[in-house]
Amino acid sequence: MCRTTKRRPVQGLTTHNLGCIRGERAVFAGLDLAVKPGRALLLSGANGSGKSSLLRVLAGLLPAASGEICWEGETIEGDPDAHRARVAYIGHADPLKPSMTAAENLRFWARLYGLDPAIEPALYQFSIEHLADVPARYFSAGQKRRLNLARLAAGQKSPAGPALWLLDEPATGLDPGAVSMLANTILAHLSQEGVAIVSTHGGRLDELLDSHADRVTLQTTGNGTAS
Amino acid sequence: MIGLLLLIRRELALALRGGTDAVMAVVFFVLAAILFPFGVGTDPEMLPRIGGGIIWVVALLAAMLSLERMFAADHEDGSLDLLYLSPVGLGTLALAKALAHWLTTGVLLLVAAPVLALLYNLPASAFGALVISMLLGTPVLSLVGGIGAALTLGARRGGVLLALLILPLYIPVLIFGAGAIDGAVAGRPIGPQLMVLGGFLLAALALAPWATAAALRQAIE
Repeated sequence: MCRTTKRRPVQGLTTHNLGCIRGERAVFAGLDLAVKPGRALLLSGANGSGKSSLLRVLAGLLPAASGEICWEGETIEGDPDAHRARVAYIGHADPLKPSMTAAENLRFWARLYGLDPAIEPALYQFSIEHLADVPARYFSAGQKRRLNLARLAAGQKSPAGPALWLLDEPATGLDPGAVSMLANTILAHLSQEGVAIVSTHGGRLDELLDSHADRVTLQTTGNGTAS
Repeated sequence: MIGLLLLIRRELALALRGGTDAVMAVVFFVLAAILFPFGVGTDPEMLPRIGGGIIWVVALLAAMLSLERMFAADHEDGSLDLLYLSPVGLGTLALAKALAHWLTTGVLLLVAAPVLALLYNLPASAFGALVISMLLGTPVLSLVGGIGAALTLGARRGGVLLALLILPLYIPVLIFGAGAIDGAVAGRPIGPQLMVLGGFLLAALALAPWATAAALRQAIE
């Protein structure tokens, strides 16, 4: 149950008995998670174990089949708009328009989300500032991913930036240098009492976040717990 | 409101930079309308009688050409997820997409229609009816078409399905749009037809974004 008491305030994100059904298959069930502010949760598991589905449920993109999700002790169902406002979501695809430049792509999302439209520092954070005026169609897969991740940096520099980062295999396609940039961005978010939930298949990002992260492994049978 | 304007501006920029859809729709509109006289003959008394109906049927088909892509690119590249999570919401997105579709397709059809009216030897008195009926009717095509585009998002053979879903819903617009032009050609009052088209437009503005948003939510989930 989502409940805050005076003796022990519940902070950050918690889930209780969370379940998800896709088609007629239970992707996961009975999932209890607790991620405190300033901490990351690294999700691992085999393909099809439900990492992406879990992130989509936590973002509000998929309905939960059972259980509840709480933020700061309050169920998110009470105010889904407020929950969407606190979420920064990075999915598998890079939501970039090929005919728009890097700056235009990033500025569009920043303005739509009410974030600081001064996007140069965000581009700089992922070392793509020199590509600001280049249409995204000329980007490599890794550069596209960097540009997508720069959305996180843009949000980070805004007072109204999202507190809950849900990142679905964010390091895919990145070189080691860019993985370090991503890790630094996530660590900076955690230092501001943010929460990050990151699905990974191991690797350098896990190592860099290790001291600030808890881990949960989803089984293909669909159960898992972490705190 | 800012979100709506941002979305419309982005859609127009994308259409101007990469889109051949709008140009193709107008070329199709003109070519298809030109084909009819080859099939039915060029009797100068018959053409004005059938011209209004033909122009409306062809406009309706031309507007459908680019509907399938209305949400497809955003669905494929993950933008739709972010648009759903954004403060603007799916209803505003649906309205913005429909308005952008109308600006890039409907307006061009509206501009090209008088040229076809000359081809079909429509009397000068029917030009006003043609333009006003298309001004009221083509936004309805975009708004209602958005519902079909959202419902068929991600479906195999979505284009065919879209046509099957949407064409029946276009029939009332066709009847009253063509009826207004026929009325003007015959010298009858056209106010009732235009008022009904205006009613369709108001109803579509109120209901279509809501229905489209519901269909988009299904596609996201």
